[in-house]
Amino acid sequence: MATPVLDKADAAGQPEPGFADSPYITVTFRVRRFNPEVAAEATWEDFQLEIDPKERVLDGLHKIKWDVDGTLTFRRSCAHGICGSDAMRINGKNRLACKTLIKDINPEKPITIEPIKGLTVLKDLVVDMEPFFQAYRDVMPFLVVKETNEPTRERYQSPEDRERFDDTTKCILCAACTSSCPVFWNDGQYFGPAAIVNAHRFIFDSRDEAGEQRLEILNDRDGVWRCRTTFNCTDACPRGIEVTKAIQEVKRALITRRY
Amino acid sequence: MKIHKYDTVIVGAGGAGMRAAIEATKRSRTAVLTKLYPTRSHTGAAQGGMAAALANVEEDNWEWHTFDTVKGGDYLVDQDAAEILAKEAIDAVLDLEKMGLPFNRTPNGTIDQRRFGGHSRNHGEAPVRRSCYAADRTGHMILQTLYQNCVKEGVEFFNEFYVLDQLITEVDGVKRSAGVVAYELATGEIHVFQAKAVIYASGGTGKFFKVTSNAHTLTGDGQAAVYRRGLPLEDMEFFQFHPTGIWRMGILLTEGARGEGGILRNKDGERFMEKYAPVMKDLASRDVVSRSIYTEIREGRGCGPEGDHVYLDLTHLPPEQLDAKLPDITEFARTYLGIEPYTDPIPIQPTAHYAMGGIPTNVMGEVLADNTTVVPGLYAAGEVACVSVHGANRLGTNSLLDINVFGRRAGIAAAEYSAKADYVELPDAPESFVVEQIERLRTSTGNERVATIRRELQETMDANVMVFRTEQTIKTAVEKIAELKERYRNVAIQDKGKRFNTDLLEAIELGNLLDLAEVMAVSALARKESRGGHYREDYPNRDDVNFMRHTMAYREVGADGSETVRLDYKPVVQTRYQPMERKY
Ligand SMILES: Cc1cc2nc3c(=O)[nH]c(=O)nc-3n(C[C@H](O)[C@H](O)[C@H](O)COP(=O)(O)OP(=O)(O)OC[C@H]3O[C@@H](n4cnc5c(N)ncnc54)[C@H](O)[C@@H]3O)c2cc1C
Ligand code: SF4
Ligand code: FES
Repeated sequence: MATPVLDKADAAGQPEPGFADSPYITVTFRVRRFNPEVAAEATWEDFQLEIDPKERVLDGLHKIKWDVDGTLTFRRSCAHGICGSDAMRINGKNRLACKTLIKDINPEKPITIEPIKGLTVLKDLVVDMEPFFQAYRDVMPFLVVKETNEPTRERYQSPEDRERFDDTTKCILCAACTSSCPVFWNDGQYFGPAAIVNAHRFIFDSRDEAGEQRLEILNDRDGVWRCRTTFNCTDACPRGIEVTKAIQEVKRALITRRY
Repeated sequence: MKIHKYDTVIVGAGGAGMRAAIEATKRSRTAVLTKLYPTRSHTGAAQGGMAAALANVEEDNWEWHTFDTVKGGDYLVDQDAAEILAKEAIDAVLDLEKMGLPFNRTPNGTIDQRRFGGHSRNHGEAPVRRSCYAADRTGHMILQTLYQNCVKEGVEFFNEFYVLDQLITEVDGVKRSAGVVAYELATGEIHVFQAKAVIYASGGTGKFFKVTSNAHTLTGDGQAAVYRRGLPLEDMEFFQFHPTGIWRMGILLTEGARGEGGILRNKDGERFMEKYAPVMKDLASRDVVSRSIYTEIREGRGCGPEGDHVYLDLTHLPPEQLDAKLPDITEFARTYLGIEPYTDPIPIQPTAHYAMGGIPTNVMGEVLADNTTVVPGLYAAGEVACVSVHGANRLGTNSLLDINVFGRRAGIAAAEYSAKADYVELPDAPESFVVEQIERLRTSTGNERVATIRRELQETMDANVMVFRTEQTIKTAVEKIAELKERYRNVAIQDKGKRFNTDLLEAIELGNLLDLAEVMAVSALARKESRGGHYREDYPNRDDVNFMRHTMAYREVGADGSETVRLDYKPVVQTRYQPMERKY
């Protein structure tokens, strides 16, 4: 006997608690399309899908790409919110397509899907991530310790000191926060929330010795003072990081030079 | 077409690739080619931890770790390599800490450790706390830390470059690596990278299964590239099925959940692992637990209306413990299943997880052309490689360890080699294979679709070569794969453009999956025994007389152009440990 096939195609047709007889519903994906090899302007295109509402928006995009239109282009890899590939604007809000279930975003109306804002669109939902990663690299996102302080075994760190920067270690560099920030939209020079989050991760790490340098970088005119506390970033973060709070803590550290 | 020249080229920027890059960049002019942005690599999905006998929380030593690794691998492990893995584990963890990795800490400030399947004190006496971890985000922290250090060291990345071919030049009858050919996603341009040394660190190949913990991008590109060039693949029949994937989706729920005290239960609420593994119970080795789950399901004790899953029960653990130690996986249950793990058990089923087999290497990461000859200038490390430290079944937390230990070794060895070696001449028209492959797909007028063939492949693999196998099911898979390979010749794509043509790349990735699925099935058919992750119902026992040996699979092309898999075998390196029956 073979391994029992648990994921039979017909198994998906079984009624599930909480849903009417057939789990499938019809939804419209309204997708922002752009391919400079074909046309200079972006357009909207509607796709009708039969889909289980408990599936992810990413599953819907795959259905389109695999069964309807192979030219639809987007990035994705892990499909469960861990790799940061598929941040997009879904119904006007930045989310990961793989972490957003259809049932949670009002599928009775067309679901709009656009690339994240503030970064150059290259094709369909794919944007140029280079400026985003450049801002990240600019904040010295690595532990700095004087050679002479290198222990032979591990450095000690109390659970409390470890907890101090726990929230900002969770970042997956998806850019949902930075590309939801009105300051970043208006001025691409602004470091943006993600870079500040990653600076925070080191500034508040008791093992690090370059907090002062990083603070100086963020004291710049394109640095942390540009933040206007709109909380868009915190709302957008799929990892639940309190982004605005992290930015506030960096601002406070700049004033008091205590961290 | 562009030609680049580097001392060392690394294919892949997951844990193994970046660990290698940190070493190689210090010693040689290095380029890292990666189809994903480095931080998108699937190492970031690893949850539970990284093994090392630090003995921070209880007595432990590397010899016990070596034994557990050998036993866990059902004695197919090369014991010299396992010893290196366990010994160098301690420095590997300490190196990561020094690079900044935020491990969870004990009250006195040292790196905390927890239990994991198959890791024991004193040769199987009781579970031991050996896994170093950062909540259930250990892989994420490793990936981020290594990327941070690559930024610090100024590692040169070529992001969204897909390596599609390995260049080999024969010099005086010896196959040597000359470089690789890559496809740039953004522009569709072909790049030839001439390099003195090439390191494959391109990860696993789980996407030929349907229910899998692997990312969409884990399509075995590296394995397929070297296999096509006549180099062998080792032990490809050994694939690990992790016991606890989210029902139907395959998303992983770490074994750390059971390490923290989680319990598997059948529909009667029975803790069924007590029957199958009286000592280690829920923390027995993964192959044992996966088979136990399916035995429960087959015997009618599965859960749900179709009896097709079992439960992972965390409800008896304090919510604070779940929040502190398992925040991500409890969130997965909430997001994808709408289940609250504080109060409700989570439906799970085994999920295709890890390739034990891969490109054969020695302990320096040098790739083998046969049982003993190395291919000068060619290296591999991480899930793409087979050293073999995992044998027939990998222990949890030993892969994050493997990528660090052997990624580092390969990085150093390759850079030292390229410091003294000369460039090998490129073959004539080095780009021709890739150009033809792309043109064929772009201009094909066939009527087959990539998605259809891939779905059929995944379904046949799940049904026929997963946790339980027989002669008959494997043959069914072999035949189906042959049919799909035939149909693949007629595959057509819709996107004919140059920019970000992921339609084209999915077609190429499918070709790789088909080749590797064939190797897996043919290797599995010939192994008439059960060992670790390879379980044959028609041969339920381990057979050390005939099969205590590694499978080596080669691609043979007949005069008529037909392709077959030729199998050969390689002895297992045994040092301290004599094979014993495996009990948990
Ligand atoms: C969900 C999950 C949880 C896990 N948990 C644990 C755990 O707790 N402990 C443990 O020890 N192990 C764990 N593992 C296993 C372990 O995480 C992996 O085996 C390991 O991370 C693989 O690392 P890698 O560097 O070899 O490959 P990956 O991290 O997969 O990286 C592959 C790299 O290769 C690149 N690449 C692929 N193809 C090409 C190409 N054609 N051209 C260019 N680049 C290419 C990709 O861009 C990527 O950068 C887990 C695995 C999974 C799936
Ligand atoms: S802070 Fe959150 S939203 Fe911003 S890049 Fe990191 S994970 Fe994404
Ligand atoms: S695909 Fe990885 S985060 Fe969505």
